[in-house]
Amino acid sequence: MRTPHLASLTAFVTLVLVAGCHKKPVPPPPPPPPAATSPAPTATITVAPDTISPGGSAVLAWRTTDATDVSIDGIGTVNPYGTQNVAPTQSTTYHLVARGSGGSTDSTARLTVTGPAAPPQAAGETMTEQLFEQNVKPAFFDYDSYDIRPDGQTILAQDASFLAAHPTLKVVIGGYCDDRGSAEYNLALGENRANAAKQALVNGGIAPDRIRTVSYGKEKQFCSQNDESCWQLNRRAGFTLDQ
Amino acid sequence: MTPRRRSTLFFIFLLLPLGWRAGAQDWVRTGTNLGAARIRLAAADFNPSSADAQTPALKTTFDSTFYNDLNNAGIFDMVSKSMAPPLMPASPQQMNLAAWAAAPSNAAMVAFGSIAVTGDRVAVYGWLFDAKNPESPQILGKQYNEAASQDNARLIAHRFADEIITRLGGGIPGIAETHIYYVSARGGNKEVWQMDYDGQGPHPITHLGTISLSPRVSPDNDRVAFASLGRQGWSIRMYSLLLGRLVSFNSLVGNTLSPAWSSDGAKLAFSASRSGDPEIFTSDANGGNLKQVTTFRGPDVSPTWNPKTNSQIAWCSGRTGLPQIYMMDSDGTSVQRMTDGGYATSPSWSPNGQFLAFAWNRKYGPGAPGGQDIYIMDIASKRWTQLTHDAGRQDFPSWSPDGRHIVFQRENGGGSEIWTMLSDGTEQHRLTPGSGSSMPNWSWK
Repeated sequence: MRTPHLASLTAFVTLVLVAGCHKKPVPPPPPPPPAATSPAPTATITVAPDTISPGGSAVLAWRTTDATDVSIDGIGTVNPYGTQNVAPTQSTTYHLVARGSGGSTDSTARLTVTGPAAPPQAAGETMTEQLFEQNVKPAFFDYDSYDIRPDGQTILAQDASFLAAHPTLKVVIGGYCDDRGSAEYNLALGENRANAAKQALVNGGIAPDRIRTVSYGKEKQFCSQNDESCWQLNRRAGFTLDQ
Repeated sequence: MTPRRRSTLFFIFLLLPLGWRAGAQDWVRTGTNLGAARIRLAAADFNPSSADAQTPALKTTFDSTFYNDLNNAGIFDMVSKSMAPPLMPASPQQMNLAAWAAAPSNAAMVAFGSIAVTGDRVAVYGWLFDAKNPESPQILGKQYNEAASQDNARLIAHRFADEIITRLGGGIPGIAETHIYYVSARGGNKEVWQMDYDGQGPHPITHLGTISLSPRVSPDNDRVAFASLGRQGWSIRMYSLLLGRLVSFNSLVGNTLSPAWSSDGAKLAFSASRSGDPEIFTSDANGGNLKQVTTFRGPDVSPTWNPKTNSQIAWCSGRTGLPQIYMMDSDGTSVQRMTDGGYATSPSWSPNGQFLAFAWNRKYGPGAPGGQDIYIMDIASKRWTQLTHDAGRQDFPSWSPDGRHIVFQRENGGGSEIWTMLSDGTEQHRLTPGSGSSMPNWSWK
């Protein structure tokens, strides 16, 4: 009973497939115009904080829907949903354009840089916390991850070259996590983040005995709002002088 | 073809209700040591049998504590005070069992007695009578005598309640005299605090002025191990409750976290990061005889011993990405994964060895609104039950020694609070009055 049934089913499916294949060449080339029902893309871009001092950094966060091509002026093509660390030296307006089959939409975010640009530092100058913070920047991480991102690699390479130019400096790398998830697990994850940043510095030629790591998990937060741009600010490996 | 299709359709109709029932399985009740048939128990107000001015205040404390202890036990169907006869029998001679056995109280058991303050002492006489056996009703008769104070009125109520719970609850000791250790930020810094199991008497244990986390009391109630942030990072520190001060513990320093006692008090398991990658270690109770148990890339943290055997450890590992609950032998062999996805943390092994309680967000992901709830899992079958629902983020479950209760941390809107519930998820209530309390740990006795 079963075999004939299966056989007839197979025959039927095959027939449909063959019929379908056979039918395809009949209509003229597929109609290129977009379906009139495609929804228009949506796009939002935000920057947090929206004001920084020279040498500071901020996080761009954007989200689009129904877009096939998303770009930000000055940055280039980006993923439909993402965040990026920016550290402009002067006030900048970030202009995001999302294009899809339903049209295009844009959104802007303004980042204000206050005061004069950071003075170039002189050799032999005493290291101040402020100068250190201006030159040794934190690396930011993706959600629940301790892999160094491309933007983090760039920042850590700059950090390493600054430390190489100041061979007497010792640093503490703090590993930080956003407020979600479990406190104990985040302390372990923060340790992995701090050590990933340490490893990047060591690979950049910095002696391991100049670097200590401490995980703060979610015990110390830089930003306390409940949104992605804030969570992003909290997922970092940050540097302080080890004095 | 036609009869075949009809029978298939019929089979689908048969399956549909089963499917609906499976979808609702989140709400199935299960737990440990929670009998299906609860004993109908009445607790009479105790008779004030002295004219001392302190008696009314101590009696009020005693009566409410005693009733709450029995009500919290999870094994009694308590006769509400409004249904009980308006009687306060001071002794077996004054006891009219028939009045308690009759409607509306319908008590199967009655606890009663007297409380008297004489000079600076408080004396309590307590009895437990079987209302269904009027010929020979006495099950328990106890007397207590302590210095007269509110604390001692509560203590005596806890002790007499525990006697009754032990006698009527299958020989499993009650938990009314147990304590809960937790982290409170009430004083500005995160310190280790202690309170009674019912939330009474909260007070700080440590005064270190830094961040102290993950308190775990030793099985003999002598020491509290916890993780504390110092200049060189996190280490395990040890506080003696008997001596009232920190005592030495030979800890790795750096990122040493989340201590856990074996049930014989001989071993600790914890997370430490000797190589820069957090792994599970075990040591003796003084920190010596250090052994690394795991070698997995990524975070490994929050170990808990199987208290029945001390030969297995469950813990939380991020070796495959989002944290999951794993189990292994305490030498690191026979590793098996327990949870199948989501974000699972903070395992706590039940006293009978059969269950893991843990925090789980099954819908975890960027933008996902999933809740982080307390679950328990039957280890042998890996079948799990969700205990909390739609009440914010829960974490750090910890079993009571009788296995009937779970204390946990809840963040719902405001700050973090300590809550307790029966281990089937019912009778949830808050223990801490203000926000900023976290990481509860239930004492072993």
